[in-house]
Amino acid sequence: MNDETMTYNYTVVRQFAVMTVIWGIVGMTVGVLIASQMAWPAMNFDTPWLTFGRLRPLHTNAVIFAFGGSALFATSYYAVQRTCHVRLFAPKLAAFTFWGWTTIILLAAITLPLGITSSKEYAELEWPIDILIAVVWVSYAIVFFGTVATRKVKHIYVANWFFGAFIITVAILHIVNSAAVPVSLFKSYSAYAGVQDAMIQWWYGHNAVGFFLTAGFLGIMYYFLPKQAERPVYSYRLSVVHFWALSFTYIWAGPHHLHYTALPDWTQSLGMVFSLILLAPSWGGMINGMMTLSGAWDKLRTDPILKFMIVSISFYGMSTFEGPMMAIKTVNALSHYTDWTVGHVHSGALGWVAFISIGAIYFLIPRLFGTEMHSKKLIEMHFWIATIGVVLYITSMWISGIMQGLMWRAVNTDGTLTYSFVESVQSMHPFYVVRFLGGAMFLSGMLIMAYNVFKTIAKRQPVVATIPAPAAAH
Amino acid sequence: MADFNSEFWSWFISAIVVGGFVWMLYLLQINNKSQLPEGGKAKPTGHIWDENLEELNTPLPRWWLYMFYITIVFGAVYLVLYPGMGSFQGVLGWSQVSEYETEVAKAEAEFGPLYDKFLNEDLAVLATSSDAMRTGERLYVNYCSVCHGSDARGAKGFPNLRDNDWLYGGEPETIKTSILYGRTGAMPAWEDALGGDEGVSQVAEYVQQLAGRDINTEVAAAGKAKFDMFCVACHMPEGTGNQAVGAPNLTDNTWLYGGSAMAIKQSIAKGRAGRMPAHAEFLGEAKVHILAAYIYSLSNESK
Repeated sequence: MNDETMTYNYTVVRQFAVMTVIWGIVGMTVGVLIASQMAWPAMNFDTPWLTFGRLRPLHTNAVIFAFGGSALFATSYYAVQRTCHVRLFAPKLAAFTFWGWTTIILLAAITLPLGITSSKEYAELEWPIDILIAVVWVSYAIVFFGTVATRKVKHIYVANWFFGAFIITVAILHIVNSAAVPVSLFKSYSAYAGVQDAMIQWWYGHNAVGFFLTAGFLGIMYYFLPKQAERPVYSYRLSVVHFWALSFTYIWAGPHHLHYTALPDWTQSLGMVFSLILLAPSWGGMINGMMTLSGAWDKLRTDPILKFMIVSISFYGMSTFEGPMMAIKTVNALSHYTDWTVGHVHSGALGWVAFISIGAIYFLIPRLFGTEMHSKKLIEMHFWIATIGVVLYITSMWISGIMQGLMWRAVNTDGTLTYSFVESVQSMHPFYVVRFLGGAMFLSGMLIMAYNVFKTIAKRQPVVATIPAPAAAH
Repeated sequence: MADFNSEFWSWFISAIVVGGFVWMLYLLQINNKSQLPEGGKAKPTGHIWDENLEELNTPLPRWWLYMFYITIVFGAVYLVLYPGMGSFQGVLGWSQVSEYETEVAKAEAEFGPLYDKFLNEDLAVLATSSDAMRTGERLYVNYCSVCHGSDARGAKGFPNLRDNDWLYGGEPETIKTSILYGRTGAMPAWEDALGGDEGVSQVAEYVQQLAGRDINTEVAAAGKAKFDMFCVACHMPEGTGNQAVGAPNLTDNTWLYGGSAMAIKQSIAKGRAGRMPAHAEFLGEAKVHILAAYIYSLSNESK
């Protein structure tokens, strides 16, 4: 039992799991603050580094890469070992990914409020940090694929396909989009110019959604949902088809961010067509998740972790329906540049990404710390407060966004615009207040989670996770 | 970055698009064979991971499969009708530029006469037409309020349009000229010419005397000497300004960039640059004509 190769490496999983909760709170706190600034501008306290322009990139980076990233590291390191029946490959490199990733997040938290930015959305960090990201990411790939390569079972489990696709594609996206010419330690200019730069940026931007926030989290779903429900995955065939179709189709979808711009017509059309075709591959994942639960629906009554997971899959299905619709040019002409987009992103980010992560972390914490969760009731409470928060958030943004789009295009009988811009801003105010409340509720849920997790950790017992022999059926 | 002008790229794009469609159809075809066994229960594939992870071999749901096919067919038809396959323009010959031009032409045909009918009317008369002024207000709110304010009372650097104080003149035709061709106000920076802070302070003191404030007469006298040398060319000997060059009247206590001693010193030391953009091309003369009458009507309110 003392032989390290006989047990799973939980150290790095523990570190990332705990940081998921902490970064979630940090990122969402910043989100709630800037949401309040939209309703009450004085909330920036006339302080440059507290202004919306500086903190918005900090919010997106913190929730996507710090919270979401830590959840992905924790869950993929846990799942890949256990589904390969082998200890994590290159443990020192795995430890480096944790400390490297944490350093990157801290550097982001310092540089972004100072206004140091490359100004590319979701890729704001300047070139020295970009290089560190690339190094950490390649290390992650070595650890992950090294573990898969040394597996003790013949077949690679479906969760690992998705984690693998996510790791490879994000490496390519990050390196290509961040290519830049440095002029000083804190300033660089993109290697691309004009509309080509815009297209590379949104090829990156939409696939940050497609591979970081979708493929990676589908990996989480495919491991943690069947585990928690104790049911077999619904359809292996569906996994195969939707995995390849999703990986292929997402790559094309970026141009729908640039409808009716200087981007050539043919590029816009391809972006729209493949975004529409993306509906079925996305729903393949939803069906596989939902139907895996069939036969275990009764568990939903008593198991709050399963509730998190099933609601997350519902939001996944809803936002992957909404996305292709918004990519249609005529719909986009109304929805683009409005709050509808913001609502859409958050139904994915809060409803899908955060919910599946939260479910997985609640699954992991007791197993990583050798004890039961401190309170199941608090998980239940977290579930309800977070659900109501998401619903408030996205419905307010739907109404506000569609209203904005309609107000901007309304014309009088003499052809003049019915509303001035400031009138549309004024009409949005109540919805900004509701959005703030929704966000604040979601954040409260995370605080409940943090309390519950730290109470659980306080009761921790040593864990020896012995690697079981692969099942005979192989 | 290079521009991809070679014919090759058009074929390249078309090839990977067609290849992509074929690939998806192939993927669906090879995975669409098995049916549920008797009894309607799917069997596990036989692989087990991590003690209890298994997969059923359920066939693809029909409705999902048909939905997938429908989106593929829609995509294929769309790419025949619209641009997408490299340089192929699509059989409809659609482009976003032509769509824009068609919409603009349609709007011109529909709304143009509503504006043109006022073009020959005298601006002062037009300013009393409630019909034209309703349109004028809408135009103002959309195109002018961002700088001049929703109430047309201006802001720092942006003139108040209701106070009957005009930089370039308040005659209807002059207002129209300002809107049509824009204005560029340029107050040079005098810090060096006036010999630094002391000279600037002296002139500022004199300018405040012109505005009728209580001041230090000794300092103001020194300021007047400098004013007479440097400032009178534009602001005139009595400081009453010159509308021909847009030099403001300094005696009326209306201040475009603030009237505090500090703001006046800043204006003298560092200069000011005001810019009203030209709207002739952007809005066309007919709309500007109505706007000019509207602005004139605002100034008349306070007469």
